Amino acid sequence: MSIVDVRTPDPKRFIPGATGDWEVIIGMEVHAQVLSNSKLFSAASTEFGNAPNANVSLVDAAMPGMLPVINEECVRQAVRTGLGLKAKINHRSIFDRKNYFYPDLPQGYQISQYKDPIVGEGKIIISVGPDRQGQFEDVEIGIERLHLEQDAGKSMHDQHPSMSYVDLNRSGVALMEIVSKPDLRSSDEAKAYLTKLRSILRYLGTCDGNMDEGSMRADVNVSVRRPGEPFGTRCEIKNVNSIRFVGQAIEYEARRQIAIIEDGGVIDQETRLFDPNKGETRSMRSKEDAHDYRYFPDPDLLPLEFDDDFVEALKADLPELPDDKKERFVRDLGLSVYDASVLVSEKAIADYFEAVAEGRDGKIAANWVINDLLGALNKAGKTIEETPVSPAQLGGIIDLIKDGTISGKIAKDLFEILWNEGGDPAELVESRGMKQVTDTGAIEKAVDEIIAANPDQVEKAKAKPSLAGWFVGQVMKATGGKANPQAVQALVKSKLGIEE
Amino acid sequence: MTELTSLTIAEARAKLSAKEITSVELTDAYIAAIEAANETINAYVDVTPEQAREMARASDARIAAGKAGPLEGIPLGIKDLFATEGVHTQACSHILDGFKPRYESTVTRNLWNDGAVMLGKLNMDEFAMGSSNESSYYGPVKNPWRAKGSNLDLVPGGSSGGSAAAVAAHLCAGATATDTGGSIRQPAAFTGTVGIKPTYGRCSRFGIVAFASSLDQAGPIARDVRDAAILLKSMASVDPKDTTSVDLPVPDYAASIGQSIKGMKIGIPKEYRVEGMPEEIEALWQQGIAWLKDAGAEIVDISLPHTQYALPAYYIVAPAEASSNLARYDGVRYGLRVDGKDIVDMYEKTRAAGFGREVKRRIMIGTYVLSAGYYDAYYLRAQKVRTLIKRDFELAFQAGVDAILTPATPSSAFGIADEDLAADPVKMYLNDIFTVTVNMAGLPGIAVPGGLDHKGLPLGLQLIGKPFEEETLFKTAHVIEQAAGRFTPAKWW
Amino acid sequence: MSVDLATVKRVARLARIAVSEEEAERMTGELNGILGFVEQLSEVNVDGVEPMTSVTPMRMKTREDIVMDGDKAADVVANAPNSDRDFFLVPKVVE
Ligand SMILES: [Mg+2]
Ligand SMILES: [Zn+2]
Repeated sequence: MSIVDVRTPDPKRFIPGATGDWEVIIGMEVHAQVLSNSKLFSAASTEFGNAPNANVSLVDAAMPGMLPVINEECVRQAVRTGLGLKAKINHRSIFDRKNYFYPDLPQGYQISQYKDPIVGEGKIIISVGPDRQGQFEDVEIGIERLHLEQDAGKSMHDQHPSMSYVDLNRSGVALMEIVSKPDLRSSDEAKAYLTKLRSILRYLGTCDGNMDEGSMRADVNVSVRRPGEPFGTRCEIKNVNSIRFVGQAIEYEARRQIAIIEDGGVIDQETRLFDPNKGETRSMRSKEDAHDYRYFPDPDLLPLEFDDDFVEALKADLPELPDDKKERFVRDLGLSVYDASVLVSEKAIADYFEAVAEGRDGKIAANWVINDLLGALNKAGKTIEETPVSPAQLGGIIDLIKDGTISGKIAKDLFEILWNEGGDPAELVESRGMKQVTDTGAIEKAVDEIIAANPDQVEKAKAKPSLAGWFVGQVMKATGGKANPQAVQALVKSKLGIEE
Repeated sequence: MTELTSLTIAEARAKLSAKEITSVELTDAYIAAIEAANETINAYVDVTPEQAREMARASDARIAAGKAGPLEGIPLGIKDLFATEGVHTQACSHILDGFKPRYESTVTRNLWNDGAVMLGKLNMDEFAMGSSNESSYYGPVKNPWRAKGSNLDLVPGGSSGGSAAAVAAHLCAGATATDTGGSIRQPAAFTGTVGIKPTYGRCSRFGIVAFASSLDQAGPIARDVRDAAILLKSMASVDPKDTTSVDLPVPDYAASIGQSIKGMKIGIPKEYRVEGMPEEIEALWQQGIAWLKDAGAEIVDISLPHTQYALPAYYIVAPAEASSNLARYDGVRYGLRVDGKDIVDMYEKTRAAGFGREVKRRIMIGTYVLSAGYYDAYYLRAQKVRTLIKRDFELAFQAGVDAILTPATPSSAFGIADEDLAADPVKMYLNDIFTVTVNMAGLPGIAVPGGLDHKGLPLGLQLIGKPFEEETLFKTAHVIEQAAGRFTPAKWW
Repeated sequence: MSVDLATVKRVARLARIAVSEEEAERMTGELNGILGFVEQLSEVNVDGVEPMTSVTPMRMKTREDIVMDGDKAADVVANAPNSDRDFFLVPKVVE
């Protein structure tokens, strides 16, 4: 692994210590479960949450004489992911055995790729911010490699006083281990990296990114140094299973290491665990039990080889990725970079937005999706998948504003009703009498009444035309918001004799 | 009854289809022979008479219905390395105590699909590691052959010692075996039987307990060349469950028997003339050359310069793969478990009690050569040497050689519990000196009896062929068989 | 290269095989015998030689992504020395 420092130390990201500033260096190894029906080397299901050992073939249980046969879809998924990471695709890769004993590792080795992975160097652009000025900064994070490997089974330790219970359902499920270069310099960057990586995987449909179910886990390598100095000794925090925890683990670990060094100590290279309850990391394995994995090419498997056509066909079929989509939203729909970034952050949001924007004004659609829909979802703690308002419903609201049927203010009420009760926007407007009043007679009557009741305000407004707005507001109030604001404005001005 | 068990597969097949005999009769004859002999010979570690008779009855029904398969009603012995559903499958190791798989190996399934009858599971060196069948948890197998005027027990060779002994003593019509470094050919040579290790990838490894995955191949041990051809035809297949199984149709091997070898080029590698080789072996080799020349073959001297490195390279590659393949025997999912104070203690005690000396030795060597800092010097270098060994053969074949003739073993069968060999593992390893090159290069090799030595013990010749040209080996071996005759031990058991 | 007693014990631990002092000593001799034998490989010039990855030149077979296996927990644990409700049981593992 070529470890080159590609970043210029940035004081914004420094961590102040007792004896001066420190810089944190972070690299990530993400294990992403490949989306596939069956396992990497067996035809058993990858489904989550089944009965113990139900998703287990005799291959997964490492019965004597059982042999691995590779799932071609897992290979395609790895190549797709490599393409999504703008990475070098290796046309020849080798599966190795990583040998160690553990009850949830039935073969006594994990089939993984060590020296010759399927995907080489690539990159991810992350967006960090906003800073105090509301600015976002794009940072390129290097990808070292991506390789395919088998997941292990699961041991449960709480079923029996002296025994552990082993379930091999996950054993042999395909994982992509995606290794970043040590290019990250803050917990925010690390979180942005994970968020972006997860988004890319979801766009590609190669991993569901579901961290709760363990479909994505991060091993975080953390070290600290004085800005600009060589890298320090790193600790690896294993299997962190949420983006928030990754942030917390890094913050804790960086401060722990700084405190040790500032106290005159040295950092031991070790594996640590993050305890989410305490918000701390703790040492996991002692060095006494140092591993010697005895990697060697798996003699049951030939080298994995494919040609250019295989890669080109996958490339041709690749979906639009977030960065490209963002660019298109800015270029073709005239959205701000900020709005576009928000909309592409998750594929489901982008899909929602595109459904709303279809045949409508992109900017208006973006405003509604970002301010109203995402705002409401956020407040309710719901994800886009759980939205009670469909793209068709939201699009309906926008159409009703556009053709003048409802005012912008009424539209907000309509959204509220759709959110709580559902229904068809046009029908609701009809049945609940929410239509905008455009009948000038009715509006004129209201204007006249307000003017008659407020002679003082009339005098003031005549002297200072900007106060005419007060009358508009009163009229809107009196009409329950249903009056067409433009019509009210025009009438008020003409009755008060204010020039346009 | 003894008459029935002396039939070759080809002969028995003819009698079965002519309805002169039934499979039940034939099977009963073998079961009786096994019952009488096995206590002495120890070729079988598990006999399955009930299952055998049931299969035989089904065969007879199929024969009567005119639906006979190519091996219909033929009773076979199966090496304990092959998974047989619901039947003892323990690689003759203590660590697989009580293991009865819920699956069938592809090779044995092929045999049953072709109508064969299973008599039981055959003794072997533990995990196929050995050349004398003495590393079996079930004790050594006795060679049905004894030196003239001697009643000293001899080894049948290994690791397929039970297979070879059972075939030679007429305790089955034919047997499955496996060969990682010579484990089919060396016991065949020691027992006067015919054994072929086909090209790597010809027989599926699915369901065969793995020793060294890049070297292991299944093959038959049989009474004569034709029977070996008939058995291999049924055992071989293209198997989607084995990634290293080769997508080539299986030829009708028996059809090549009797074909002329006129004009064929037979290579004689000078490097096989090893120091200290007994004169009798040299004489046997010369005899083989003469027979083939007489049959119209052209004899050419060839050089396979890396021959001497095959055995040392093998003793790195095979143990390395074995150390990893045998990691699954950990007391968790099947077989022996010796309780311990924690999981590591359980592992260590189970594996200490479950593996025999030779297996432990090889796991240790394999673990060592793969460990940090040694991989390049040992394993990587050995795999490079392997490339060179294979290249030697490729060059010979490119130069027009059709097959290569060598002795099969450097000696005839030796005594059980030979102190000299027990004291020095390397000396035992030298048994495979002529056979191991073939595994390292993935080539097919056949051992065929060439005669008896001065003690009256069988000696074998080996023919090595081009990849997937087993037919060449069968027709050439048949020429030798025609000239040398067939050899059956005098019954003493 | 040769191994000493400490190395043999370390390797035995790596291989998860308990060895007595006596066994370790015997193995040290045996392993050194074998290592001495394989030592001759160092004579071979392997410069520029590719290590063998497969003896037969062929492309690796693949499998379609179809679920065709599993749902046989009873078979999976049938031979287990200790199991409960289709789980394998092992002495408690502590992280
Ligand atoms: Mg890792
Ligand atoms: Zn990994």
